[in-house]
Amino acid sequence: MAGRFARTPQVARKEIAESVARAVFGLMSASMILPLVLIVGYLFFRAWPVLSWEFLLDVPRHGMTDGGIWPAFVGTLYLVGISLLVSTPIGVLAAIYLNEYAKDNWFNRLVNLAVINLAGVPSIVHALFGLGAFVYAARFGYSILSASLTLAIMTLPVIIASTREALASVPMAFREACWNVGATRWQTVRAVVLPNSISGILTGVILQVSRAAGETAPVMFTGAVFFKAVERGNLFPYKLTDQCMALSMHLYTLATQVPNVKEALPYATAVVLLGSVLLVNATAIVVRIWLRNRKKW
Amino acid sequence: MTRLRPTTPTRLSVLALVSAFAVSACGGGGAKEEKVAKPSKTVIQNKGSDTMVNVAQVWAEEYRKAAPDVEVEVSGGGSGVGIAALLKGAIDVANASRDIKPSEAEQASKNTGKSPVGFNVGADALAVYVHKDNPMSEINLEQLTELYAEGGKVTRWSELGVTIPGVKDDTIVRVSRQSSSGTYEFFREHALGNRDFRLGSRDLNGSKEVVELVGTTPTAIGYSGMGYATAAVKMLRVAPKAGAPAVAPTIAAVHDKSYPLARSLHVYTLGEPHGAVKAYIDWILSPAGQKVVEDAGYVPVAVAGNATGALATGAPAPGAPPVPAASPPKP
Amino acid sequence: MDSTARPVRPRAAVLAEKALEAVIRLSGVSAIVFVAAIFFFVLREAAPVLVSKGFSLWQFLFSTDWYPTSATNVRYGTFALSVGTLSVTALAMLIAVPFGLGAAIYLSEFCSPRVRETLKVVIELLSAIPSVVWGFVGLTVMSKLIVSSTGAPVGVNVLNGGIILALMSVPVIVSIGEDALKAVPDSFREAGVALGATRWQLVYRVLLPAAKNGLLAAVLLGVGRAVGETMAVLMATGHAVHIPGSLLDSVRTLTANIAAELGEAPSGSDHYRVLFLTGTLLFLITLVVNLTADFVVRGIRRK
Repeated sequence: MAGRFARTPQVARKEIAESVARAVFGLMSASMILPLVLIVGYLFFRAWPVLSWEFLLDVPRHGMTDGGIWPAFVGTLYLVGISLLVSTPIGVLAAIYLNEYAKDNWFNRLVNLAVINLAGVPSIVHALFGLGAFVYAARFGYSILSASLTLAIMTLPVIIASTREALASVPMAFREACWNVGATRWQTVRAVVLPNSISGILTGVILQVSRAAGETAPVMFTGAVFFKAVERGNLFPYKLTDQCMALSMHLYTLATQVPNVKEALPYATAVVLLGSVLLVNATAIVVRIWLRNRKKW
Repeated sequence: MTRLRPTTPTRLSVLALVSAFAVSACGGGGAKEEKVAKPSKTVIQNKGSDTMVNVAQVWAEEYRKAAPDVEVEVSGGGSGVGIAALLKGAIDVANASRDIKPSEAEQASKNTGKSPVGFNVGADALAVYVHKDNPMSEINLEQLTELYAEGGKVTRWSELGVTIPGVKDDTIVRVSRQSSSGTYEFFREHALGNRDFRLGSRDLNGSKEVVELVGTTPTAIGYSGMGYATAAVKMLRVAPKAGAPAVAPTIAAVHDKSYPLARSLHVYTLGEPHGAVKAYIDWILSPAGQKVVEDAGYVPVAVAGNATGALATGAPAPGAPPVPAASPPKP
Repeated sequence: MDSTARPVRPRAAVLAEKALEAVIRLSGVSAIVFVAAIFFFVLREAAPVLVSKGFSLWQFLFSTDWYPTSATNVRYGTFALSVGTLSVTALAMLIAVPFGLGAAIYLSEFCSPRVRETLKVVIELLSAIPSVVWGFVGLTVMSKLIVSSTGAPVGVNVLNGGIILALMSVPVIVSIGEDALKAVPDSFREAGVALGATRWQLVYRVLLPAAKNGLLAAVLLGVGRAVGETMAVLMATGHAVHIPGSLLDSVRTLTANIAAELGEAPSGSDHYRVLFLTGTLLFLITLVVNLTADFVVRGIRRK
């Protein structure tokens, strides 16, 4: 910036301020990479003695002080799967409504506000809601069903928000072209808008997988238990009305409730949980980039 | 004219919606059946005392080998929660580290027409833990009251005549349990004479956490089940009052009733147990189940001199160690 | 039909589409339904204790004596818990806001596109770390660090909780802050450059004032995240129900209190209901914070 002008003291001051600012802000950004790397690295380091496929497939042994985490892992798979099965259709349809059908009146602003607030509800309040509504009022009792439905309500707003973004990114011209040939709103959505926003929708859903897997409070009070005996490696050990173990709750249990647990065990559980979550998120990011590159506009 | 065929996203979303409803319908129907009828034969729901949850978990684990077609679901929540769930008929077996109250037994008869039946499955000593470097070796209940109770005046180790090596600040770090814990209630009743705790102690959520915190903090003191001891802490001998002989928490002291802070561990069922639940309780009272109790650091029933262990509700179990401050069930 | 008649869609298709539109509209309003339902069901479990005798809302909100299971003198005072929430959140914001805004500015104005993509991925991954893992880190790693560097007797305290919460809220502040900065029209930047401003001067004198609403919203949403966090503070703040005397004192937050005691409160008891009442309080606090943030953001769109 100062190239063509004489380097007066004022210009020098500006340049120094600029470099300092750049350095400071750059350092601040870098300071976020550091915790991520350090945490993941340290957890891995402490978990190393125990990490193996055996650890994943085996059941907890000796009062949960040893052994593996299979019931918790498969329980989390159940909880995440069922909750997304419920929240994805509702979320996608709600986003279609908000983006394609809703006019800009007070009612729809209220709906918007509701989505924002639903996203900000603390996880413990979700747990209380699940307890009051699903466990007691709907009489599902403590079960995978109650826990999954609670998780579904929790992941709903973000699926709505990310689907809306994906739908909004489809150029208006596409829709106008459909209207010009006489398509109804639904036909437009189905034939043109949805197929072109699939990548964004998919990304949003995948990201919620990791959120649902990582939450503890909503499942702790509605359907996850301290312990349940399950066969090693069994992929279908639970019925909907059973309670289950969950990876997130298992980490909490191992860290705070089980005496004399083998040192590496809670670290290994944290690594499996964190690793799965990061893997899923990385997949979502890759999918998003790949699909974005395939877009033809 | 040509009809547009449904596209993949449509098909997927319709399929998803339908499956979601189908899944919730089956699940809902199944749940209602199970809650209205007696819980199914192959799943036993066990809930209650956090002190007993680790033992209960090992019982469930070992019982799986003895009876592979029975699944036991174990969760904590505290004696109060377990009993409350039992009274609603929501679970099969409740674990409690305290006696059931007459009011609770009454509520059970009102709600379900059955009375709770209790079984003594072991005993526990509530140990007072300090860091292993702490030179103190005994304490009496009056000192505990001065430390922990509302209105108590002791805040530093020097006031108790103790110097902890290597620390600059000798403020006592009081470690306690959260207010809804049975352990907390027991300590309040038998060590503090029912006075409320002073706020500001670290009220941890689990028996193991208490011992862990004491083990890493030289100026800490805490109370927890004797089965949770580790190498980093030591258990103090406890005297009922200043001047009386201090007793260490051992199996012998628990069953000859000389340790002031001992309590019996029970399981409760609604009415006499039948079928799989009866088999499970019989197994718990058998040598196999009692070995689990002993390995966990608690006092097994057989040693306490009570072979069958069946209790009438509301009355202290025969052979269960009583405690000095007269312990009728709380009103 | 003669060939000049307009082609008509089969009736079944028209009806099916109307039905589908009804389902879509229903899904759309579901968000309102769920928010209202959450408030309703939580309040429903809490309500009986509000009208029971011996319960005073004033005491609930402003007394520091939390004795829900006392044998002699039951008291439900959540003030110490509110102060706990406040202290941990304040410390977290003190750390997260400068770092978050700094990173947002860097991402938006200073760095090259490739670095930006990498950093954004890192921040997304940071925000994906589950709260219980953060709590575990606070309980094990951070606690030892704090004890060894400050000599505090116990490593789980306000400082620990504050640092962990800061790490959790930073991604929110960065992403929304970056959006806010990006939303400032390029014409502002071009005008500044035309006058000879350096990038830093641009940021400081033009962009920050222009984006201040969005940045405020970012901070508010970060606050909302911190206030509502449960598992991480449950494991990292030390569980002492009192007003903290220093950063190295243990506290308990409103959220952690519910999580710690709900499991052990028999359903239907007064203690249980008071915990639900605390949940209602939390819901209202985060509602206010989120509404304010949205209101502030809408202020920008109006311009």
